[in-house]
Amino acid sequence: MDFYLSALIQGLCFSALALGIYISIKIFNIPDITTDGSYTLGGVVTGVLLTHHQSPYIILPAVIIAGGIAGALTGLIHTKLKINALLAGILVTYSLYSVNLTIMGRSNLPLISVPSLFSLLNLVADPNQNTFWILSVFVIIITFLIGYLLKTDFGIAMRATGNSESMIRALGVNTDRMKITGLALANALTALSGYLIVQFQGFADISMGIGIVIVGLGSVIVAESLINWFRITSVWVILALVLGGAVIFQFVLAFTLALGVDANLLKMVTAAFVLLIVSLPRLSSLKAS
Amino acid sequence: MIAINDVHKGFNKGKANQVNAVNGITLSIPESEFLVIVGSNGSGKTTLLNLVAGSVFPDAGSISIDNNDVSKLADYKRSQWIARVFQNPMSGTASDLNILDNFRLASIRTKTKGLSIGINDKFKQQVREKIETLGMGLENKIEQPMGTLSGGQRQALTLLMSVMDSCKVLLLDEPTAALDPRSAEVVMRTADKLITDFKLTAILITHNLKDAYNYGTRIIQMSEGLVLRDLNNKQKSDLKQNDLFDWFS
Ligand SMILES: Nc1ncnc2c1ncn2[C@@H]1O[C@H](COP(=O)(O)OP(=O)(O)O)[C@@H](O)[C@H]1O
Ligand SMILES: [Mg+2]
Repeated sequence: MDFYLSALIQGLCFSALALGIYISIKIFNIPDITTDGSYTLGGVVTGVLLTHHQSPYIILPAVIIAGGIAGALTGLIHTKLKINALLAGILVTYSLYSVNLTIMGRSNLPLISVPSLFSLLNLVADPNQNTFWILSVFVIIITFLIGYLLKTDFGIAMRATGNSESMIRALGVNTDRMKITGLALANALTALSGYLIVQFQGFADISMGIGIVIVGLGSVIVAESLINWFRITSVWVILALVLGGAVIFQFVLAFTLALGVDANLLKMVTAAFVLLIVSLPRLSSLKAS
Repeated sequence: MIAINDVHKGFNKGKANQVNAVNGITLSIPESEFLVIVGSNGSGKTTLLNLVAGSVFPDAGSISIDNNDVSKLADYKRSQWIARVFQNPMSGTASDLNILDNFRLASIRTKTKGLSIGINDKFKQQVREKIETLGMGLENKIEQPMGTLSGGQRQALTLLMSVMDSCKVLLLDEPTAALDPRSAEVVMRTADKLITDFKLTAILITHNLKDAYNYGTRIIQMSEGLVLRDLNNKQKSDLKQNDLFDWFS
C-alpha cells in the first residue's frame, strides 16, 4: 500500500486517542495512562463482536461504553479513594489485561474476510482510499461532537475543572463527578482508536496497546507546540491541531522506518522524538541564555 | 441568614501537630449584614469562612444558611446561596478560560451546566455592560484569557461574577492581600457597592485595619479560634481607627 496513505490512515485512527489524551492531560490536568488498557479493550470488543457478526450499530456503542467504564473506574479510584492518578491508571490497565484476555479467549484474533466499518460503504474503488474517506468522515464527526461539547456550558465547566478547582466548586460543580465523566470520555475516545485500528489492520491482539499512551502523548505534544507557537485559543483550531499532531506523529514514524531504521528500534526512536519535542523550548532557551 | 452554632473544627486530630482552629464559635449573622473579621494569623478566620462555605465540615456544632441546616452539605451545593472571592486571584477565576467563559459559568452558578451553548450575542453584551461599570477598560477584552489580566482585575471580575446569578451570601477572604494599594481600593469599593446594591449578607476577612474601619456594619476580632470582640453597627461607628490598632498591641 502507498506508504504515506498508510501513515495518514494510522494517524487518523489514532486521532481519537489523541483527543482522549488531550482531554485528560490538557483539559483535566490528570496524567491518565488507562490508555494502554482501554485502547486494547476497544480493539478486543470490536474484534470479538465482529467475529460474532454483530451489527455495527451495536459494536460502536459497545466500544464507547467499554472504554467509558474503564476511564470511569480510574476516575473513581482517583477521586473517591484519593489515589494518585498515575497509579489508578496503572491498576486499571493492569487488570484490563486479564479482562481483555478473557473477552478474547486467546491472545490474537484475526479478522480475515470479516466485514468491517471500512467495507460498509464503497465510496471509491481502491479499498485503502475507501478506508481513508470513511475514516475521515468518522473523525470529522467525532471532532465536531467534542468541539461542540467543549463549547457548551458543561464543556466550559469541564475546562474550568482542570484549571481552577476552587473556582468551579464555588460555582456549583461537583468536581469529582466531573473528573470521572472526563476520564470516561477520554477513554471512550481511546477505545474508539482501538476500534478503528483493529478494523484497519484486520486483527486484534492482546499486546496491541503496550506503550500506545506515548502515541497519544506525542500527538498532543506536537499539537501543543503549535498551539503555543501560534497562541491559539480557538477550540476548533486546537482540536484540528490535535488531529494534525496525530497525523504528523505517524508520518515521522513512517519516515523513520523509510530511512532504514531497524523496526526493533522504533519504540526507542519514538520516545526520542517525544523527548525532543518536549525539550525543544528548553533547549532553545538554553541556547539563548 | 447565617447561624453558626457552637462550631468546633480541629486539624490533625490525635497527632503531635494537632490544632483547634475553631473552638466553639456561635454567631448569628442576619440578612444584609456586612461582617468584618479581623484577627492575627492563625486565629481561625479562614477556617471559619471555609466552614460556612463548606470547604471543611465542623467536628461539632451546626451551621445553617437561610434556615437550612447545611452542616454536612458539600461546598458545591452551598453555591446556591454563596459566592466567594479568595485571597489568591487565581482561585476565583480560571486562567485558561476567557473572561466570557468565566462569566458564563458564574451566570449559572445555581443552575445545571447543561449540554447547550449559553454564550450568545445577548450574553456578550450583558457581560460587556457589567464590566464597563468597573471602568478598567476590560469590556473590550472579553475574549481574552483570564490569565493575561492582573490580580486586581481578576479580583474585580470575580466580584462582578458573584452577582451574575442570584446570590445571598458573599464571602471574601483577604480579597486585596495580593494586590497593590490602588487596585485594592478599587476592589474594596466594588465589593462595598455590590454588597449594598444587592443587599448581600457578607463576611470580609481583612488584615487591613483601615478597610476594617471603613467598611462593614459589624466587626468581630478572632483569637485562638474564638470570638474575642463583637461590635455591632452602632458600636463600630463609635469606634476610632486607633482603637482598632490598639486591639493588636
Ligand atoms: N487544612 C489544614 N490542615 C492543618 N492545619 C490547618 C489547616 N487549615 C488551617 N490549619 C491551622 O488552623 C489554624 C487556623 O488557620 P486559619 O483558619 O487559616 O487562620 P487565619 O485565616 O486566621 O490566619 C492555623 O494554626 C493553621 O495552621
Ligand atoms: Mg487566612
